[in-house]
Amino acid sequence: MAARLDRRAVLKLGAGSAAGLVLGFHLPARLGAQEIAENGAQGNGFGPFLNAWLRISPDETVTLVIDRSEMGQGVYTSLPMLLAEELGCDWRRIRVVAAPADPIYRNLFLVHELLTKGEDIGDAADWFVRRLSRVVGQQVTGGSSSVRGAFKPLRTAGAAAREMLVTTAARRFGVAREECTVEAGEVRHAPSERKLSFGALAAEAALLEPPRRPPLKPASAWRLIGKSVPRLDLPSKIDGSAIFGIDVRLPDMLFAAIAMPPVFGGKLKRYDSTAVLKRRGVSAVVPLPDGVAVVADNTWRAQAALAELAPEWDDGGNAAVSSETIEATLRDALAGSGRTAEAAGDPAKELSGAARRVSADYELPYLAHATMEPMNATARIGADGIDIWIPTQVQEAVQKAAAEAADISTAKVRVHTTYLGGGFGRRLEADLAAQAVRLAKAVGKPVQAIWSREEDTTHDFYRPATAARLEAGLDAEGRLVAWRQTNACPSIMARVFPAATWLEVDQTAVEGATRMPYAIANRRIAHVQRDFHVPVGFWRSVGHSQNAFFKESFVDELAAAAGTDPLAFRRRLLAQAPRDLAVLELAAEKAGWGDALPPGRGRGIALHTSFGSIVAQVAEVTVSADGVSVERIVAAVDCGIVVNPDTLRAQIEGGIVFGLTAALYGRISIEKGRVAERHFDDYPMVRLGETPEIEVHVIASDQAPGGAGEPAVPPVAPAIANAIYAATGKRLRRLPVAGQPLTT
Amino acid sequence: MAKLVVNGQPQAVDVEDEMPLLWVLRDTLGLTGTKYGCGLGQCGACTVMIGKDAVRACTVTVGDVAGPVTTIEGLSPDRSHHVQQAWLALQVPQCGYCQPGFIMAAAALFQRSPKPTEAEAIEALTNICRCGTYARIRQAVRILAKA
Repeated sequence: MAARLDRRAVLKLGAGSAAGLVLGFHLPARLGAQEIAENGAQGNGFGPFLNAWLRISPDETVTLVIDRSEMGQGVYTSLPMLLAEELGCDWRRIRVVAAPADPIYRNLFLVHELLTKGEDIGDAADWFVRRLSRVVGQQVTGGSSSVRGAFKPLRTAGAAAREMLVTTAARRFGVAREECTVEAGEVRHAPSERKLSFGALAAEAALLEPPRRPPLKPASAWRLIGKSVPRLDLPSKIDGSAIFGIDVRLPDMLFAAIAMPPVFGGKLKRYDSTAVLKRRGVSAVVPLPDGVAVVADNTWRAQAALAELAPEWDDGGNAAVSSETIEATLRDALAGSGRTAEAAGDPAKELSGAARRVSADYELPYLAHATMEPMNATARIGADGIDIWIPTQVQEAVQKAAAEAADISTAKVRVHTTYLGGGFGRRLEADLAAQAVRLAKAVGKPVQAIWSREEDTTHDFYRPATAARLEAGLDAEGRLVAWRQTNACPSIMARVFPAATWLEVDQTAVEGATRMPYAIANRRIAHVQRDFHVPVGFWRSVGHSQNAFFKESFVDELAAAAGTDPLAFRRRLLAQAPRDLAVLELAAEKAGWGDALPPGRGRGIALHTSFGSIVAQVAEVTVSADGVSVERIVAAVDCGIVVNPDTLRAQIEGGIVFGLTAALYGRISIEKGRVAERHFDDYPMVRLGETPEIEVHVIASDQAPGGAGEPAVPPVAPAIANAIYAATGKRLRRLPVAGQPLTT
Repeated sequence: MAKLVVNGQPQAVDVEDEMPLLWVLRDTLGLTGTKYGCGLGQCGACTVMIGKDAVRACTVTVGDVAGPVTTIEGLSPDRSHHVQQAWLALQVPQCGYCQPGFIMAAAALFQRSPKPTEAEAIEALTNICRCGTYARIRQAVRILAKA
């Protein structure tokens, strides 16, 4: 994606301003640049700024506004690294602040990838998609897109600022700019042994026309990219000083506990607030469109009062729906042909003519996100509009929801993004914003709305429950000649962006089933959409998390049917996919694939590409009377150029644990129309004692950066299921592992 | 009026005796480093020390607090506690929300047992980290146990 600097993106500050050089830089979009020029220069910090921008103040501080949310993935370090790499500033002088909501911060990379599915669609079509991206795009941290999207634009921004500083210094020195060098926040002229600091140059440099296409360093000259730079946010995360949404404190603020209809789609019937309002610290009981809240001067007082309130609910029409009815509907739907997501050759003919035909049905349950920081938002309504502090992945959606709740214009809503105590896709929803604003409006004071763990678990936007039917044909030599997959599941996009499903299949239902690295001449991938009253949403790695399980489990089944080693079987299908093959081989080699194991132990392998990164994993499990113990997971990764290797490893390690929890324990079940699980005892998480030894091996690459946050999740479940098969001969076609008999 | 000593400071708080210590720390005293995760003692995000013991602050009422309370804010004045230092050296936190609780649980463990076995550490550190930083926590504990 070409980055370009725009004249209007440069904010010129008057003499005497302490702000110095403020350089805006952004992706091709220029939306809102004029407003930014007008408001941003006031330095109020919350006006509509650019997509991202840097400021160099006279005290040498380099401020970077980061337009992606920090939720543990390290963007408050990796994105500054991209900028500083080209700028040549002193890394210790970097200061990071969160971007406000503004169309300029839209994640054009993500929407471009969504619309093109990452394929080369030609220049003309690409131009159109880019234009369209600006209109339909959203300010989003998701899709493992932060570094991928910022890789060129942020380096370009840093380089442009550097060029302006060098030009200014050369003018002051009275020398040619080619004679100047940049080092640690200074422009130096070696022949005359003179130097000027960025802070001293910034105000004058800001008056220059920014170069549109500044030269970027060759990879061989990188000093930061590729280094394990310690994360800038971590000191605040070991001493309790990091401010998450739930930690926001304002003068006179109140706290709200919220109850929502236990059955999705239900309504508040009645409540009696008489006794509750007499409780200490309680100031109001407020009905909401989606529930009822108690507002008090303390979170516990609000929660305790809400428990006493015991509102009655009208369950609506869904109280008879259960996991059993949903699963039966999905199973039945597998008989349908569905909408085609991908097709090649003639799979029907090849299947009927195959020497060996294999088929299997799989099922996966709903899953909750279970972020450690429960859902929350803090709103303050003043004469000049609304301030909302929220741990969010979607600033613009928050702004819109808040504006609608208060019936004011979005321009009057200022979104302050705090640190996120986990995101994983849950914070792509803006539901808390409206609740906090309505409550602040109702009581006339700032309100922090906090969900209890129970509300958080029972009112999520869940990974869709999915049933899948896979069929394949093998020829007489055991080669895979035909593949057919049908997924039956609800559509996420039908809820969040219906237009995306008008012309084609909901990609979130089939991603990872389509575009397989394996060479299979005849194939069809299809989706049968069945929607239920249970809200569905984006769960870390989204459709890949399910399709990797189906695909990699089934490939293992085919290897067994062909009497071939699972690694060898995959290897043969990857002759045309050298990157994937290299990742697979590395994982196998590091895991000691083929080495003898004691009885009860097994190894399983899985390979999956998502979000631009290829990950293979080998899981080693022990199956005994006590159940399954995952001993070791070896991961190999090719994610192109790596900006911060240690952060990448952390994301792979964390993704593995996230996938492990889902594989071993994850299940949200529906009983009488409502979610049955409520806490960490019935929706358990992997803890330290169950964490396997984890090894991460990264392939050096000069390819474009891939994603880091999600790609390690999908291979975990199939690697474990395949390892259990290797250990016991028992094929798991449903998850979670817990509760299933493992003897054949 | 409950009387507490928090991070060495005497505090008189005018709250109900049955209010969990967690909410006194967060909403009355403004010590927000101690986190709310579940309210049932299942996740450990609110772990503090009372005396030398790691305690889940959501499960102990302020009326039952018998001993000085140490929160993450009071563990060291300058992040110099050896557990904090190990956490930084290994770049343990991801989102960081659960880490104050984890660090307090680990600090209590090492105070009680400077060279814990792996089994002891697993028994003491039952907190939940949804980001999955356990591999690094285990590594940090192994290094500290050898120090």
